[in-house]
Amino acid sequence: MTAATPARSRRQHAIGVGRTRVPLRPFYTGILVLLYLPIGVLFVFSLNAGTTLAFPLQGLTLDWYASVLGNTAMLNAARNSLTVGVGSATLATLLGSMVALAVLRFRFPGRSALLALAGMPLVVPFVVLGVAFFLLFVALDVPRSLLTLGIGHTVIATPYATLIVLSRLGGLDPALEDAAMDLGATYPTALRRVVLPLMAPTLLSAWLTCFIVSFDEIALAIFLVGGDPTFPVFLYGQLRFAQRLPALIAMAVLLMIGTVALTLFAMRLRARDAAEAGRP
Amino acid sequence: MDRDVGAGAGRVAGLPPGRTGPNWMLGRRGTLPFLAGPPLVWLALFFVVPLAMIAAFSLREGSGAIGPSDPWVPSGDHYAEVLGTPAFMRLLGISALMAVGIAGLATVLAYPVAYFLTFRAGSRAPLYLTLLLIPFAVSYLLRVMAWKLMLGPEGGINSLLAGLGLTDEPIQLLLYSRPAVIITLVYVWIPFAALPIYAAMQRIDRHHLEAAADLGAGPWARFWRVTVPLSVPGALATFFMVFVPTVGEYITPALVGGTDGIMYGNIILGFFTRSANWPLGSAMAMVMLTLTLVLVAAALRLVSRRGALG
Repeated sequence: MTAATPARSRRQHAIGVGRTRVPLRPFYTGILVLLYLPIGVLFVFSLNAGTTLAFPLQGLTLDWYASVLGNTAMLNAARNSLTVGVGSATLATLLGSMVALAVLRFRFPGRSALLALAGMPLVVPFVVLGVAFFLLFVALDVPRSLLTLGIGHTVIATPYATLIVLSRLGGLDPALEDAAMDLGATYPTALRRVVLPLMAPTLLSAWLTCFIVSFDEIALAIFLVGGDPTFPVFLYGQLRFAQRLPALIAMAVLLMIGTVALTLFAMRLRARDAAEAGRP
Repeated sequence: MDRDVGAGAGRVAGLPPGRTGPNWMLGRRGTLPFLAGPPLVWLALFFVVPLAMIAAFSLREGSGAIGPSDPWVPSGDHYAEVLGTPAFMRLLGISALMAVGIAGLATVLAYPVAYFLTFRAGSRAPLYLTLLLIPFAVSYLLRVMAWKLMLGPEGGINSLLAGLGLTDEPIQLLLYSRPAVIITLVYVWIPFAALPIYAAMQRIDRHHLEAAADLGAGPWARFWRVTVPLSVPGALATFFMVFVPTVGEYITPALVGGTDGIMYGNIILGFFTRSANWPLGSAMAMVMLTLTLVLVAAALRLVSRRGALG
C-alpha cells in the first residue's frame, strides 16, 4: 500500500498537467451545503423550546430528547424496526451468499437464471411489490404482521447481499477450497473453515447494508405491516400532528446517529477489505 | 476450466470413513442443491408467486376487496379500464416523465461529484465520500419533511427570496406542486446517485488516460473519449437505481405534492386502501411493472451492445 502511493500520485500528477478548469471542488462543496442545510434546519427545531417550526426560536431545550424516553409507542416502533431489520438482514445475507457461491463456483443449468432472479427485486417498484405481497398474504389468509414485513424486506435486501458477496468472492481464489479438500475436508467443511473466515468482513458489510435497507423502508412497509408499526410507518402516521414534530425529529436524530455509525462502519469494512483483496 | 472435475478430490486415501462423511457430501457437486436450492425456493415463493398473484388478480372479474374464498372468474375488463381511462394514462405518462427527469437530474448532478471524488480529491476521497453519504443515512421521511419546511410559506426559500427583496409575499405554489416533488426527490437521491458512477470511474485504468495524453488528446478530449464512455455503465446504473423507486413513488407526492402533485403510485395505493378495488389496482400495477421492465431491458441491451462494440 505505502509503496504504491507515491507512484500513483506521480501518475495522477502527470495526468493533471493538462486539466480542464472546471471548478469541481466548489461544485462538490455546494452540493454538500445543499444536502446538509435542510437537515440542519430540522435538527435545530429538535432543540427549540416551542412546538411551531418557525424562526425565531423560542429558546433551547433538550426536553424533546427526554420525552422520547417516556414515549412507549415510539420506542416500541423503533424496536419493531430493529427486529425486522435484524431478521431480514440475516436471512438476506444467507440467501445472497448462497446465490453468490452457487453462481461463482458451479456450472449448472439455470445458473444465469438464478443470478437474474436474485437481482430482479431491484427493478420492481416497491409499490408493485407491496401490492404483490399484500395479495399473496390475503390469498393465503395470513394476517399482516412484522413477520410478513420481514419476508418482504428479505426479498428486497437479497440483491444487495448477492452483489456485495459476489464482488468479493470473485476475487477469492477457488484453489483455497481445493487445497482444503485435498487435505481431507468435505466441501461444506472447506466453506466453513476456509471461505467463511476470509469472507467474514464482507458478510458483515453485506449484513449492515441489508439492515439499513430494511430499517428505513416505508413504501413496502405500509402494505405489509399490520397494526404494530415499524418506526418509519409510525413516523408517517404522526406527521399530520404538527405539535408532535419536534419530538419525532428528536427520535429520528437519535436513530440517525445509530444508522450513520453503522454506515461508516460498513464503509470502513469494505474499504479495508478491498485494500486487502488488492494485495498480492 | 470446469471446477467440477475435482468433485471427488475430497476423498483422500487412508482417512477414516467417518471423517469424510457420506459419499454424496464429499465433492462440490453434492453441495450445489443446498446452495442453489434455498434461494431458488425462497425467491419463487416470495417473489415470483406474489408477482403472479397480481397478474391473477388483474385478470379476474369483480371489484372491491376480495376474500380468499371468492371464485376466480377471468376477465380483461380492468386492463380495458386502465388503458381506456385518459386520466390514468396521463398520470402514468407524467409519473414516468417525472421519474426520468428526477433520475436524469440526480445523475447529472452526481456525475461531477463522482468525478471530483475519483480524479481530484486525492487521498481525502474517503472522507469526502463519507461526508456525501451521511445525509443518506438520515431517515428518508425526515429528509422529505426538511424540504416541506424549506418550501413552505414561511420556509427557507421564501424567507431567502423576501430577504433579497425579490418577492413581496410568500409564493404559495412552492409547496404542494409537482416541482416540489421533483426538488425533494432529487435531493433525496443525490448522495446515493454518486455511488455507482464513482465505482465505475474507479475501475477506469489510468493508463488509458495516459495513453490518450501521449497521443496528443487534450483534457476535454480525454474526458469525452475515455472517461465518459467508460463511466456510462455506472451512470446508467445510477439512472435506473433512481428511476425504479421513483416511478412508483407515493410517499413524497403525498407529503409535498398535494392534490396537484400526486403520482400513479398514489392511485394504486388508493385502490388498496380507501376506495378498495383490488383487481383494478392490480391491473394498474401490472401496467407499471411492464413499463418499468421494458425500459430496464432496453437499457441493459444498450449497455451490452456498446460493450460488444467497444
